Amino acid sequence: MIPTPPNDLELEQIELDLFVQALRRRHGHDFSQYAPASLTRRVRQLVHDHRCVSISALTARLLHEADFVTQVVQGLSVPVSEMFRDPAVFRALREQVLPMLASYPQINIWQAGCAHGQEAYSLAILLEEAGLYERSHIFATDFNPEALQRAREGIYPARDAQLWSRNYLEAGGSQSLANYYSARYDYLKLHERLARNITFTSHNLVSDEVFCEAHLVLCRNVLIYFSNPLQNRTLTLFRDSLVRGGYLCLGLRETLEFAPVAADFSVLDAGRRLYRRYARGVAEGAA
Amino acid sequence: MTRPEAIAIGCSTGGFNALRVLLGGLAPDLPQTVLVCSHTGGSVALLCELLARHCALPVIEALERWPARGGTVQVAPGGYHLLLESDRRFALSVDRQVCFSRPSIDVMFGSVAEVYLAGAIGVILTGASRDGADGLAQIRARGGIAVVQTPVSADAAAMPQAALDTAGADHCLPLDLIAPLLNRLCLP
Ligand SMILES: C[S@@+](CC[C@H](N)C(=O)[O-])C[C@H]1O[C@@H](n2cnc3c(N)ncnc32)[C@H](O)[C@@H]1O
Repeated sequence: MIPTPPNDLELEQIELDLFVQALRRRHGHDFSQYAPASLTRRVRQLVHDHRCVSISALTARLLHEADFVTQVVQGLSVPVSEMFRDPAVFRALREQVLPMLASYPQINIWQAGCAHGQEAYSLAILLEEAGLYERSHIFATDFNPEALQRAREGIYPARDAQLWSRNYLEAGGSQSLANYYSARYDYLKLHERLARNITFTSHNLVSDEVFCEAHLVLCRNVLIYFSNPLQNRTLTLFRDSLVRGGYLCLGLRETLEFAPVAADFSVLDAGRRLYRRYARGVAEGAA
Repeated sequence: MTRPEAIAIGCSTGGFNALRVLLGGLAPDLPQTVLVCSHTGGSVALLCELLARHCALPVIEALERWPARGGTVQVAPGGYHLLLESDRRFALSVDRQVCFSRPSIDVMFGSVAEVYLAGAIGVILTGASRDGADGLAQIRARGGIAVVQTPVSADAAAMPQAALDTAGADHCLPLDLIAPLLNRLCLP
């Protein structure tokens, strides 16, 4: 039997509900369907970072201070990422998915939850090395405007280079990652050429609709923050964006067992979380 | 007194051997949920497989959205923080590292403290960081039981020492006595 929560947690729960309501009613950002455990951690972190005495104090600032919402969204977004994170996945994309995409005259990729752009640029490198980049377009989206701005700049702390280079090689990279950036003092800047077929743009998975026809949707480590209904809604959005036979790539530890719409996907590589939209009935696309 | 419902174990450097001994000593009919957060690195799937050879309970990786199981050891996946929702389902996060770690013991213990309250037991084993000390304090503050391996008996003393300094302990024991204690506390 699950015991009733003690007073402090119950009180915090009420404050959290009010905070979420304020954010939605005042600013149109709806976090009501995020998974509570992580959301609570992030809101507590905001309380701490902004030296508020309580979540209610945070809510008050959110309601009365004009620009405070930007910082709140920044704090609730936590755009943590890496280039070629989980190299085995990028290797599978390189070896199993890109050769299939090669049969389309124009390749559209939707990378949802792009954080600072690390995965979008990783995809660009894969496509470049496969000779497909000229006819590809990557739509990289996030709901955090500051993260999108950083993504467009493509500048990262130099200390990340070592891990990313290792990831790149483990992902089957044939050159050196250093060929794709210039190092400046403590920073590395990815070559602007890499961004030529990437559009970084705002899209909120909670409230926005399908926005492109995609042959591959990559959305990793975003759905882990969503409750089951929101996870299912988002996967429905991906299904509807994908051409029949199109590919879906999720985070390595994401589970689909609680999403009814998962029935519309077949498993390509369960271990690497690669799926395909079923090509029901009509044989369309390259599948 | 509240009967324990969950045992949360944290370890780092030297953790594999410590886990082998501890999990190996748990009673086969232990009904509690057993959670492990280990910074031992490498594949968690392999870790589970190796530990399962020494443990009478099943040892599996914790799966997001699935309910925490009783009578089963569930290990936090590498690269993710492991949390529990209030309905005792697992949740994962790739938020920033805590104490230079992800998974972080502090994060898992903090969540266990809030979900299991006085029904939680926190166990800190060998390790070279101070991860887990704050989480153990949270478990204690909510009425749970804190168990710490004696620093002298640990491969790396820093983590149990930090836990003792920050949280104190209800039981501080050498490694081989921890499983028998847990069996005593947990079996009906
Ligand atoms: C943990 S990062 C994952 C980054 C990258 N995909 C990876 O796996 O390395 C999650 C990203 O999802 C974004 N995100 C969260 N909720 C979102 C939403 N409702 N719509 C769009 N993006 C969202 C966050 O802003 C953040 O940048």
